[in-house]
Amino acid sequence: MIVLGVETSCDECAASVVENGTRILSEVVASQIEDHRPFYGVVPEIASRRHIETISRVVEQVLEEAKMKATEVDGLAVTYQPGLIGSLLVGLSFTKGLAFALEKPLVGVDHILAHLYAPHLETDISYPYIGLLVSGGHTVIARVEDFDTMRVLGTTIDDACGEAFDKVAKHYDMGFPGGAAIDRLSQNGSPQAFRFPWPSLHKGHHPFDLSYSGLKTAVVNQLDQFWNRDFEKSKENIAASFQGTAIDILVDRTVKAAGHTGLNRIVVGGGVAANSYLRKQLSGQPDLEVNFPSLRLCTDNAAMVAGLGYHMLRKGQRSELSLNACARVQGLRRLYP
Amino acid sequence: MQTLNRYRTETPDQTIRLGLEIGKQLQPGSVVALHGPLGAGKTTLVKGIARSLNIEEALTSPSFTLIAEYEGSREGNPVTLYHIDLYRISHPQEIEDLGMEEILNGEGICVIEWAEKASEFLPESTVRVEIVIEDKGRRQIKIRGLTPA
Repeated sequence: MIVLGVETSCDECAASVVENGTRILSEVVASQIEDHRPFYGVVPEIASRRHIETISRVVEQVLEEAKMKATEVDGLAVTYQPGLIGSLLVGLSFTKGLAFALEKPLVGVDHILAHLYAPHLETDISYPYIGLLVSGGHTVIARVEDFDTMRVLGTTIDDACGEAFDKVAKHYDMGFPGGAAIDRLSQNGSPQAFRFPWPSLHKGHHPFDLSYSGLKTAVVNQLDQFWNRDFEKSKENIAASFQGTAIDILVDRTVKAAGHTGLNRIVVGGGVAANSYLRKQLSGQPDLEVNFPSLRLCTDNAAMVAGLGYHMLRKGQRSELSLNACARVQGLRRLYP
Repeated sequence: MQTLNRYRTETPDQTIRLGLEIGKQLQPGSVVALHGPLGAGKTTLVKGIARSLNIEEALTSPSFTLIAEYEGSREGNPVTLYHIDLYRISHPQEIEDLGMEEILNGEGICVIEWAEKASEFLPESTVRVEIVIEDKGRRQIKIRGLTPA
C-alpha cells in the first residue's frame, strides 16, 4: 500500500510517499528556517503564508520523485493536531481536497504519535515502550502501547524543552535554530561553569512531569547566582551548563519512567532528539534499549506521517472530510493512568 | 483615575496565589495584559488565574501555539480562558490574522503575555499587570484597572 503523507504543523512544509509503512519512496521538505531567522523562532503568520505558497509544489515534486501519478497513491495521511492552527489548516485542507478529488481514503494523524513512529521507518521496534517526545512545542513521556495508543506518564508543567533552548539562545544571541546553536557552542564549553537548579515539583505533580520555566529564569535572569567563578562567563559555558541541566532532567525522568513501568525499550522523537548530548547520555544508560531516529527524521517530516498513516488505514481507520485541525490536544494530561 | 496596586511575591507559589486573587475579580469578557521580561513569571501568574476558574488541567506556556483555550467555570457557569502569548510576534499585522480581535470581543476571559505587542488592539478596560524582577526570586507586581467585584 502506498501512502502520501503531508505535514505542516509548524514551519516545515513536508510531503512524502511511503510504501507499506517503512519504505520511503520520496521525501520533500521545504524548510522556512531562512525566513524565520531574523525572528529567532517561528512566526506563525509567515509560516502559514509560506505553506500556502509552497504546498502544491512540494506535493507535485514528491510524486515526481517517487515516479508516480497522484492516482496511483492508495491513501492519504495528514497531520491534524497539535501545532500552529494556521499552519495545520493549510496541510489539512490541501490533503482533504486531494483525497476528495482522487476518491482515496484519508486519515488524520496525531503529530506526537507520528514523531514516535519515526524510528519505525528505519528499525523494527516492537511495542510497548517508553516514548519520549521532545521538541519546541512538546515535552511528553508516554507509555506507548501501539502505533495509535499511548498513555501519557509525564509532560512539562510549563515550558517545552525545545522552547527553553530557543529562548535561552535568543536571549544570549547564540544563533538560530536555538537547539542546534546551543549544541554546537556546548562542544567548547564546560557544564560545570554554572550550577543551575533542578525543578522542584510539588505534591500535586506527577513524578514523571518536567519543568523548564525555572531553569529558563535561572539562565536568563540569575546567571551570577549560579556561576562557578573558576570558569569564564562565556557563551560556550552558559550553553554547556544549560544544556547539561536541561538534558539531565529529561534523562532522569525517562529512566525513572522505564523503571516504574518495567519497560526497558525507549523511543525518542522530536527536534531535541537530534541533540548530541541527549543521544550520548541516554544511549549510555545500562540495561536500556534506546532508539533514536536518524537526524533527518528527528525534526518535522512527512515520512513519519505517511508511515503511521499506513498502519491506521490498514486497520480501517478513516477520517471524514469534516476533520478539523486542533492546536492543542485537549486534555492530553488527563490521560494519566 | 485607575487604581494602582503594588504587590511583592517571593516565590512562584506566591505569584500563583496572587493570580488566583486577580482571577476572582475578573468578569466574563475581561482582558488582562501582562508585561514583564523573559522569566518574570507571567505564565506562573496565569496558572493562578486558571485556578480561580476551576481549571484543573495544568496550564503550560503557549509560546508555540500562541493561543491556548481552557474550559473553566465560575459558580457553575462555564467560562472560557484564552491564554495568549505574543512572544514570537514581531509585527502588529500578524495579530490581525490570529483571530485575536474575535476573542477580545467575546465572552471569555483573555490573558495576554507580551501584550505590548498588541497595544493597539486592547480595549480601554484592559487590566494591566506589570511584573518587575527585583533581586533573588523577588518580584514586584503592579496592577492597574482592576475593579474589585
